[in-house]
Amino acid sequence: MADEESTGKPEHPTPLRRPGERVPAKPEGKRPGVAADVAALAGGLKTTLSEFFRPVVTTEYPEEKTTRSERYRGRHYLRRYDNGLERCIGCELCAAACPVGCILVIAAENTDEHRISPGERYAKTYEINMLRCIFCGYCEDACPVQAIVLGPEYELSDTSREKFIYTKEKLLEPLPPDVEARLRAPSSPHPGPPPKGGRGQADPLPDVEREKTI
Amino acid sequence: MNDLYNNQVGHWVIVVIAITALLLVVLTATAYTVWLERVALGRIQRRPGPNRVGPFGLMQLAADGVKLAFKESFIPADADKLLYLLAPTIAVGSAFLAWAVIPIGLWYNVQYWIADINIGVLLIFAVSSLNVYAIVVGGYSSNNKYSMLGGIRSAAQLISYEMALGLSLVPTFMIVGSLRLRDIAEYTVHWGWYNGAIPLIILTPLGFVIYLIAAVAETNRAPFDLPEAEQELIGGFLTEYSGLKFVMYYLAEYINMITVSALAALLFFGGWNLWIIPPVFAFLIKVILLLFLYIWLRGTFPRLRYDMLMRLGWKVLLPLAIANVVVTGVILVATQG
Repeated sequence: MADEESTGKPEHPTPLRRPGERVPAKPEGKRPGVAADVAALAGGLKTTLSEFFRPVVTTEYPEEKTTRSERYRGRHYLRRYDNGLERCIGCELCAAACPVGCILVIAAENTDEHRISPGERYAKTYEINMLRCIFCGYCEDACPVQAIVLGPEYELSDTSREKFIYTKEKLLEPLPPDVEARLRAPSSPHPGPPPKGGRGQADPLPDVEREKTI
Repeated sequence: MNDLYNNQVGHWVIVVIAITALLLVVLTATAYTVWLERVALGRIQRRPGPNRVGPFGLMQLAADGVKLAFKESFIPADADKLLYLLAPTIAVGSAFLAWAVIPIGLWYNVQYWIADINIGVLLIFAVSSLNVYAIVVGGYSSNNKYSMLGGIRSAAQLISYEMALGLSLVPTFMIVGSLRLRDIAEYTVHWGWYNGAIPLIILTPLGFVIYLIAAVAETNRAPFDLPEAEQELIGGFLTEYSGLKFVMYYLAEYINMITVSALAALLFFGGWNLWIIPPVFAFLIKVILLLFLYIWLRGTFPRLRYDMLMRLGWKVLLPLAIANVVVTGVILVATQG
């Protein structure tokens, strides 16, 4: 009997009985004794007590935040070149790539007097409906000039639906400097092309060490 | 003070003031027992527990109380209205009543309790068995199958464990020779060179173990919380109760928990006698440690299956309790003649 137990076989190896067949008698002496039962209970109590004195693992969210990946996809930003020109050339590839259709781009022609971006066209209207956005990052992949990127912010709650339509003005807010530095790093998959019509020299941003929590 | 106490009117004034004070003390203690439980369970699961309302979350219960007070007072369709409303009041009333005779301490010749009657323990048992009515009536009157099942389970459970609970204390009474809680708490021995109070757990360790298990079952606490059994019975007899009626049941559960802890402290650990610690605080320390034991049990053991519960009650605890009585009797006769 003891051998059977040590091989780890289940207590009832034949789960199905034919009709009328009697339940096989349980082998004697298989049940653990009272002492073993009590020891098991004491073992449980010991485990919970030792857990009681171990440190708490909870991250108390509004005060503490967990670290996020560098590649975390939060809210969108529209980038500028160092000379202040917008990167976006109004090609609408992001809107085409967007699986939920939350991006609206209306392009307009650049003129020499009124130059917004280095290309032929610029985005006159650029709106993202953040309620629809699924933060897949396809717009970022589709963009030929690395104009749109997904930043690290994820606390986007607001009080009305209208406030979730992010306009160009809001999207053009500067990126957190550490993210911008990472995007410019040569190891970045999107170092970005040099500014075309730019006159200013791209001065390298200080190497800001990325904070663990933002 | 003595004149006032012996005066017919003054006596009642003092008693009423004492009752009010005790009500407040027990209510506060209940609130902080809930806090202790939530924090201790949290720590066992490596969470912080409530820590938002007030320092260390100590005001959590006030916030919960306000929230529950503003809940809709709900009476289910076809419920037995009178019984439905009466049941929670039975629960909370019987729970409070037991505190009339629980001696909290004797300090500078002042007794910190209401009544010093010679059948104290008996009264506590009589009153606390009213709790089964609250649960059965609540379950029956809610017109809900889950409530009914919870009520039935509870009736069977409470009746089964009350036997073991009562019998587990009989050896204590036999040794002390009194049912007055004060006598039991102040029990002293004269063993050769040692003269003084001893905790009775030394004399009846088995009685304490049986009492502890039966008391957990009696208060419907995990791992014997079958009447509530969230996973299978929604909330058992509590299913249809909300707002302040729910608060009453909840309060009753925790008062009962404190009552059985206090009783254990009095009956097995010498009540308010503890080394040099002032009497009332000594009692408090013992009760808190016993309450922690309850919470610890809840945080450790899974709920028993119904047949296991019955088997443990009738086939293990009851025979053990009877054997304990018999053996204690034999030893007493042999030693004292």
